[in-house]
Amino acid sequence: MSVELVHESWPGRIATATIGATAADGGTRSRTITVGGHAALPFQPGDAPSPYRPVVALEVFDAVPPEWPDHLRETLADVLDSPADWARKGVEEFGADLICLRLFGPHPDVLDSSPDAAAATVRAVLDAVDVPLIVLGCGHPDKDNDLWPRITEAARGERCLMGVAVPENYKTLVVACLADGHSILAEGPIDVNIQKQLTILITAMGLPAERIVMHPGTASLGSGLEYEYSIMERIRLAGLQGDRMLSQPVLTIVGEETWKAKESRLAESAMPEWGVAARRGPAWEAATAAAFLQAGTDIVVLVHPEALAATKRTIEELTSAATEA
Amino acid sequence: MFIIGERINGMFRSVARAIQERDEAAIADLAVRQVKAGANALDLNTGPTEGDPAEVMAWLVRTVQDAVDVPLSLDSPKPVVIAAGLAAARGYCIVNSTTGEQSRLDALLPLVRDSGAGLIALTIDERGIPRNAESRAEIALTIVARTLEAGISPDHLYLDPIVLPVSAAQDQSAAALEAMPIFRSLCEPAPHLIVGLSNVSQGTTARSLINRTYLVMAMANGLDAAILDPNDADLMDAMRAAGILLNQEIYAEGFLQSMAAV
Repeated sequence: MSVELVHESWPGRIATATIGATAADGGTRSRTITVGGHAALPFQPGDAPSPYRPVVALEVFDAVPPEWPDHLRETLADVLDSPADWARKGVEEFGADLICLRLFGPHPDVLDSSPDAAAATVRAVLDAVDVPLIVLGCGHPDKDNDLWPRITEAARGERCLMGVAVPENYKTLVVACLADGHSILAEGPIDVNIQKQLTILITAMGLPAERIVMHPGTASLGSGLEYEYSIMERIRLAGLQGDRMLSQPVLTIVGEETWKAKESRLAESAMPEWGVAARRGPAWEAATAAAFLQAGTDIVVLVHPEALAATKRTIEELTSAATEA
Repeated sequence: MFIIGERINGMFRSVARAIQERDEAAIADLAVRQVKAGANALDLNTGPTEGDPAEVMAWLVRTVQDAVDVPLSLDSPKPVVIAAGLAAARGYCIVNSTTGEQSRLDALLPLVRDSGAGLIALTIDERGIPRNAESRAEIALTIVARTLEAGISPDHLYLDPIVLPVSAAQDQSAAALEAMPIFRSLCEPAPHLIVGLSNVSQGTTARSLINRTYLVMAMANGLDAAILDPNDADLMDAMRAAGILLNQEIYAEGFLQSMAAV
């Protein structure tokens, strides 16, 4: 029996955002990455096909998060001390579309490293890979405000996606991005109203809405996934209904919460019935990513190479299933 | 809300002068200002002109579409004038308007179908303006049936329950509101509901206040389109607030700013 699919059309369209700049645009990347542009919900067979498919970014750190379990550290052991090598391996071996550099080092509770050191790290990663970059600060407001102007300057002209702008701290980052030609990642912490307000505030400072990517909070399977999923879905529906302040592409950081989950961390000796510890973490990341892809995320940031590979397969399968139907 | 800006109408003296002198800059300026203020489409009405109204309509269409890229509402009682506008237009048009009169439907439905346009339909028929919600619904049903028969999707149909000046026919403001939910139940998907908003305040001394109050009431009854003055900032603010309160748009502290920002 054949089933007739219900097709939906929407008055609005999700904006596009381009990350990275080639020599033609004044940068040094070999290619740029464009996301967004959707006129329908993701992967719906027969609805308006998306001009740009979701992409995967490998998360690279200048200071490894202390909660990482040994089985994750071992996977990346040869590059943990060098963000540049880590990024190179991410692109050349793991197949990442782009690199998301997290600068935790400058945080007063981590290494309290200098903004100059962070800027040098950004330069080293830009020199090591030719893919577009996402560069995120440490999350400490004062330190980020010192950091941002230095790192946006160090990457001037490369059209990076810089973050994270939050409602309490966004002005310095907006000014720095305007000065050095970058786009901005804006986080409303699992709150659609605040996410929208942040877009309004940032555009009011003169940064075009096309240079904003939204980051509606972090969550993982078993740790708030449903909340973030529903917020992300609401954002996408509002964008498709024509709300220009919620029509930006969406980025999801998957690893942050995933590697705090006990399912990813606990050793086999503690939970033998859960199976091999080294397999659980990447599976947890990949499952989380798959859910957010369905909710409309455009950029998936992952930590484990197997999770990255699995997510690329998921994107390929969902995209081809939607276009073949 | 789908906002059709009402300012390019030859009934306004300044527009009549611009038409008379073929002042493209003046018309383009009116078009740009309305779109900047939030109009999704623009109504074009030649008004009583000395020249050939079909030629004037075509000139208005060309002038406006060179200035802004929005759908155009071709506003004339004469099918020949509307046809001239449709022929000149590059993008989506809405024919403004038919009534439930058989002769008008016969003349306009083929034109609308063949051009892929939208259609505004006033619930008036040979008997004149209906006095209550039920008579409005009866005419609306005829219009919906004829439109569907002609092969036009309800998504292109804008039903207007006829808003009369509150100063002259006070009971009709409420009757038009009452008709709106009935109109929406006439077919699936539901037709759009539209009003020519400024009619309600004709002849009153508090026009903006009456316009915005009625707009909000109509939105609560399912109105999703209106021909109005988008340069009335208080009116547009009331519309935005109503959109938030009706859960049609997501709230943010700066919701009034958000349109100005883009």
